[in-house]
Amino acid sequence: MQLGSFIEVMSEFELLNKGNDLDREVTVPYCCDLLSIVMGRMPQGAAWVTVMANTNALAVATLADAACIILAEGSSLDEADVAKAKEKGITVFKTELPVFDTALIIYNRLND
Amino acid sequence: MNESITLNYDVDSNDFTRAGEASSSVKRKLKLMGVDPDIIRKVAISLYEGEINMVIHSYGGTIEVIISTDMIEMILRDKGPGIEDTELAMQAGYTTAPDNIRSLGFGAGMGLPNMKKYSDDLKIESVVGKGTTVRMKVYIPKNIS
Ligand SMILES: Nc1ncnc2c1ncn2[C@@H]1O[C@H](COP(=O)(O)OP(=O)(O)OP(=O)(O)O)[C@@H](O)[C@H]1O
Ligand SMILES: [Mg+2]
Repeated sequence: MQLGSFIEVMSEFELLNKGNDLDREVTVPYCCDLLSIVMGRMPQGAAWVTVMANTNALAVATLADAACIILAEGSSLDEADVAKAKEKGITVFKTELPVFDTALIIYNRLND
Repeated sequence: MNESITLNYDVDSNDFTRAGEASSSVKRKLKLMGVDPDIIRKVAISLYEGEINMVIHSYGGTIEVIISTDMIEMILRDKGPGIEDTELAMQAGYTTAPDNIRSLGFGAGMGLPNMKKYSDDLKIESVVGKGTTVRMKVYIPKNIS
């Protein structure tokens, strides 16, 4: 599914930043909070579900080539990081749902 | 591209707001140069881990990236404190990251193993009290450059 369509079907998540690579493919959900594990293991184009809401997560998403970030468990970016996500064109959502529930919803939508 | 291009960056200790900027800049430049995405990915991951280690574990230093037709070479030099046992540091899961750093998402002890995995050649020279120099190479195969 293309990121643009993904954003439309994920309406239950709050969109913090839309991003600018909307034609790219969203491949699979991926869950992990330890950044070096994410760096080494996250599949390209993943919808990365994490509670690690900070500048470093934005850098990891860009460098390891995630399609988007979904901040779970009510975690959120501060204003400076929202600005950074805008500047880097990274798609970021947030949700109050736990990590597993978030990833399950994504998995089901991607495989509908 | 016949000649090589050299990029230089300063890395400050403990500056997490800028951590990853050198790696991101190198990634952008390689993309503009039309380098193969798989090569870019290898460079981005190994350079980011090295850059972050300088921010977290060192007193700061410099990054030099040399881009030529057949390889991308990354040289990370820091001003200390050095690594006592580099073999131990290379082990998956080994970390000395304190709690405040772990709470930012670091400290899995996977940075150096990632650098080993994603670069084609990794050499670490470290002198305690003086500093660490990390050299990494990512080769560009002829058929895709
Ligand atoms: N440039 C450096 N200067 C001094 N010590 C270093 C340096 N790079 C790594 N180390 C030491 O090697 C250890 C292992 O590094 P590695 O990158 O594998 O894991 P980490 O940085 O602790 O955690 P992670 O990278 O998973 O977030 C570090 O905890 C630190 O003790
Ligand atoms: Mg590290």
